[in-house]
Amino acid sequence: MVDPDGRLPRRREDAAVAAKLKHSGVTRRNLLASAALLITTSGASARVITKALPWRPNEADPVTPVVPGGYLFFTAGEAAVVDAIVDRLIPTDELGSGAKDAGVTTFIDRQLTGPYGGHDWLYMQGPFSSNPLPSQGLQSPLTPRQQYRQGLAALESYCKANFAGRSFIQLNADEQDKLLAGIEKGEVKFENFNSRMLFGAIYANTMEGYFADPIYGGNRDMAGWKLVGFPGTRYDYRDVMEKPNQAYALPPVGLGGRPAWGGH
Amino acid sequence: MARRLPRKDVVIVGLGWTGSILAYELARTGLEVVAIERGPWRDTAADFNIGTTPDELRYAVRHDMFLRPKQETLTMRNNPSQTALPIRKWGSFLPGNGVGGAGLHWNGQTWRFLPDDFRIRSHMIERYGESILPEGNHIQDWPVSYDELEPYYDKFEYVAGISGKAGNIKGDIQPGGNPFEGVRERDYPTPPMTQGFAQGLFTKAATGLGLHPFPRPSANISIAYTNPYGCSMAPCTYCGFCERFGCANYSKASPQTCVLPALVREPSFEARTECEVTKVNLSVDGKTATGVTYVDASGEEWEQPGDIVLVCAYSLFNVRLLLLSGIGKPYDQASDEGVVGRNYAYQTGSGSTAFFEDAKFNPFAAAGSLGVALDDYNSDNFDHGPHGFVGGASITSAHTNGRPIQYHPTPKGAPTWGSAWKKAVHETYQRVTNVGAQGSVMSYRNNYLDLDPTYKDPLGRPLLRMTFDYQDNERKMANWMADRCDEIAKAMGAKTTQINRLVGPWSVVPYQTTHNTGGAIMGSDPKTSVLNRYLQSWDVSNVFVMGASAFPQNAGYNPTGTVGALTYWALDAIFNYLKSSGPLVQP
Repeated sequence: MVDPDGRLPRRREDAAVAAKLKHSGVTRRNLLASAALLITTSGASARVITKALPWRPNEADPVTPVVPGGYLFFTAGEAAVVDAIVDRLIPTDELGSGAKDAGVTTFIDRQLTGPYGGHDWLYMQGPFSSNPLPSQGLQSPLTPRQQYRQGLAALESYCKANFAGRSFIQLNADEQDKLLAGIEKGEVKFENFNSRMLFGAIYANTMEGYFADPIYGGNRDMAGWKLVGFPGTRYDYRDVMEKPNQAYALPPVGLGGRPAWGGH
Repeated sequence: MARRLPRKDVVIVGLGWTGSILAYELARTGLEVVAIERGPWRDTAADFNIGTTPDELRYAVRHDMFLRPKQETLTMRNNPSQTALPIRKWGSFLPGNGVGGAGLHWNGQTWRFLPDDFRIRSHMIERYGESILPEGNHIQDWPVSYDELEPYYDKFEYVAGISGKAGNIKGDIQPGGNPFEGVRERDYPTPPMTQGFAQGLFTKAATGLGLHPFPRPSANISIAYTNPYGCSMAPCTYCGFCERFGCANYSKASPQTCVLPALVREPSFEARTECEVTKVNLSVDGKTATGVTYVDASGEEWEQPGDIVLVCAYSLFNVRLLLLSGIGKPYDQASDEGVVGRNYAYQTGSGSTAFFEDAKFNPFAAAGSLGVALDDYNSDNFDHGPHGFVGGASITSAHTNGRPIQYHPTPKGAPTWGSAWKKAVHETYQRVTNVGAQGSVMSYRNNYLDLDPTYKDPLGRPLLRMTFDYQDNERKMANWMADRCDEIAKAMGAKTTQINRLVGPWSVVPYQTTHNTGGAIMGSDPKTSVLNRYLQSWDVSNVFVMGASAFPQNAGYNPTGTVGALTYWALDAIFNYLKSSGPLVQP
C-alpha cells in the first residue's frame, strides 16, 4: 500500500466506523491516522516521513457540525431541567438571547456524547484520593456523563423533598435563582451527590456553549459573540490595528459562515 | 522482545524546535538521522487550516492538540510532606504533543535572557552579599555566558524571523529598544509588530514614569520573510488565535513554518511518528548510549541503535526519560544529593487589571506576542537592596486574544450569572486591559522532580512526580511587581484597577504558563548538574539533552529564545564531539 511517491497512504474511508463515530467528536483525520497505522504494523515501524512533506491538496481536519433536534444523551426530563437551569444562568433579556434560546442544552447534550463526556482524553486511572488538596484539581472518578445523570437525579430528589413535590422546572424563577445560588455556594447539599460538582459542570458547559462556535450547536445566531462584540473567525484584523480605539463594524462570522449566507 | 532496526548516526527523541533544528543541521552534513516522535505528524495546510483552526472550544478548551493526560501526565504536590496525585486534566501548563511540540502552540514571545541572569548567584553575592539569597535555594550560575550565547541567539532569531527592535547594537543604545538588553551584533530580522490602543497608553504612561518601554520580541512576524533555511513566512494578521493553536497564516514561527520544509528534503533524514521512546539504552558499563527502545502505536517494541542520542522532548519528559533510562544519579531531596530532577523551576504571574471609563481595546485584534514590555524591574536592573528578594520580572501591556469562552472579564464582585452578569460582561469586554508581570523563579531544595511511587502510564512506567510551590522570595517579588504594574495601570488612565497578587499554594487548576524549567540542568560541577556546558550528559557522553530542562533556575522571561540559542550552541559542540568522541568537559 505505497503510493507512487513512495509514501504511505493517508486516506482510507471506512464508512461504517465513521458513522459510528459521527457524534463522538472523533475527527475524520484521527480515524485516518489510525487506519494508516494498522496497515503498517505488520511491516514497517509505524508512520515514516522522509524526503517530502506528507501533504495532499484539500486535506483538512474539520469537526462534524452539530445538527440540532432531539437529544442523544439527555432524557426529555433531564433536557427540560437543563433548559431551565441554563435559562437562569444566562437569561434572555434586552441584551439578547440567553443560553436556552441559543441552543446551549443541545450543545451540552452533544458534548456529553463525545470524548469530553467520558473524560476519554484524561488520566482516569486510580487510586482516586478521597481528600485531595484543592491545588491538585480534578480528582473525581466521575465522568461528565455520570455527573449529569447522577447530579440531575439528585437535584430532582432535592426539589421534590424540599418544594412540596415540585420538580425544578415547576419552581418559579425566584425560587430557581435562590436554589442555584445556594448550590453554587455549597449551602444546598444533595443526598448522595456533590451539589457543587453539578453546578460546576453546568456552569462551565453553559459558558462554553454560549461562547463557542455555533458549529457545536450553541451560540445560535452568535448571541454570545454579539453580547461582547467578538467578531468570531474573521482571522484578519490588520485594519483594526491601524485604527486604535474605534468600534469594529463588521458582524461576526463562524466556521460555518453567517446565517445570512445560509450557514449557522 | 524488541526488534532491532538498522543503526543510524543520530537518534533524536522528539521533533519540536530543538529536535528539528538539530535534525536539519546534522542531516545536511550527510549524517543518517532519525527523529522518533510520540505524537502525530502535523502540518499547516491540513492541521491548521484557516477553515478549521480558529476554534476556541476544540483547541483552547478541549485541548485537541495537546498531549493527552491519558497517554502521559505527571503527579503533583506542593511540598515533600504531601502525597502527590495525578494531574488528571491539564491546567497550569499545557505540554504539547506531536511534530512541532510546544513550538507549535506557543504565543511566540522570544526573549534573550540578560547577561546578569547567567551569573546570578555570583552577581547577587558580589553586589548584595550572601544574605540576599533565599533560604533553601539552589541558585547556580549558568556554565555559559551571555556573550558566548549571543551568536546563537542571533541564529535562532534569524531562523524564526523574530520581529522586534534592538536596544543595544554593539554597545550603542538604540532609541525605542530595550536599553537593558545584552549587547547584540545586529537588529532583529523583521521590524516590530503594530501595537494596539492599550500598548499606546502603556508606552506613554511608562515613559512618563521614567521607565523604558519597547515592543516585545515576537515570533508572530510583522512582514513577509524568508529565513536562512529558505523557509518563507507571511505577515501576521492579528487574528488572535496563537497560543493553543497552530497558525494558518505561516506567520508564527514554529518547526512547521521555519524548519520542517527544509528538513524533509534532506535524504538522510527520516521521522517516525506515533512512536514513543521508552528508554535510552546503555552499554554494559553504563557510559555509552547504544540507541533507544520505542513502542509504536500498535504496541510493538523496536530497538533503534544509534551513535548519538539527542534527547529533545518537552523539558519535563526529558527528565523522566533520563530517570527511566538510568542516566545520571536521581535527585534525592532528603539527602540533597543526586542531580536528575534537581532545580525544577517555573514562572510567576502577577499584575493589575485596568478598567477604563470608555475605551475600545478590541482585544480580539491581537497576537500571542503583541505587546509592549519594560525591563526596568527585571533581573538586577534595579536595586534589590531595599526589597530583600532575588529576581525580577518583565512587565508588559498585551492583548494576546479576545476569545470569549475563556476571556469575558467582569470586575471583581460582579455577579457570576444572570442578567446582571450579562450586563457586566457586555459593558466590560471592550473597556478592560491588563498590565502583567512575568517573573523569575529561583531553584530550591524543595522544588524538584522524581518518579511517582504509585501512578503509572499505560505502558506501566512510573509517572513523573512534581513537587513545587512558590517560595517566600517569589511571592515577595511577584507582589512587589504587582504594585509596579498597578502604578502603570493607573497612569494609563484607568478608572479603577484590581491588583492580582500571587497568593495561596501553586495550583494545577488555572492556566498559568507552560514554562517548566530545570530537572536536567547544565552546570560546571557534576555533583550539582546533569549536563556540562555543552548540554552533554556528564555520565553518558554520547547523550545530549536539549530544552529548558537545562536551565539552572528560571529568569523573568519566556524560555524559548534561550532554548533556541542553547540548541545552536550545543550543535557546535556535537560537531566537535563527532570529530573526537568523549566528554567535551573533563569533570
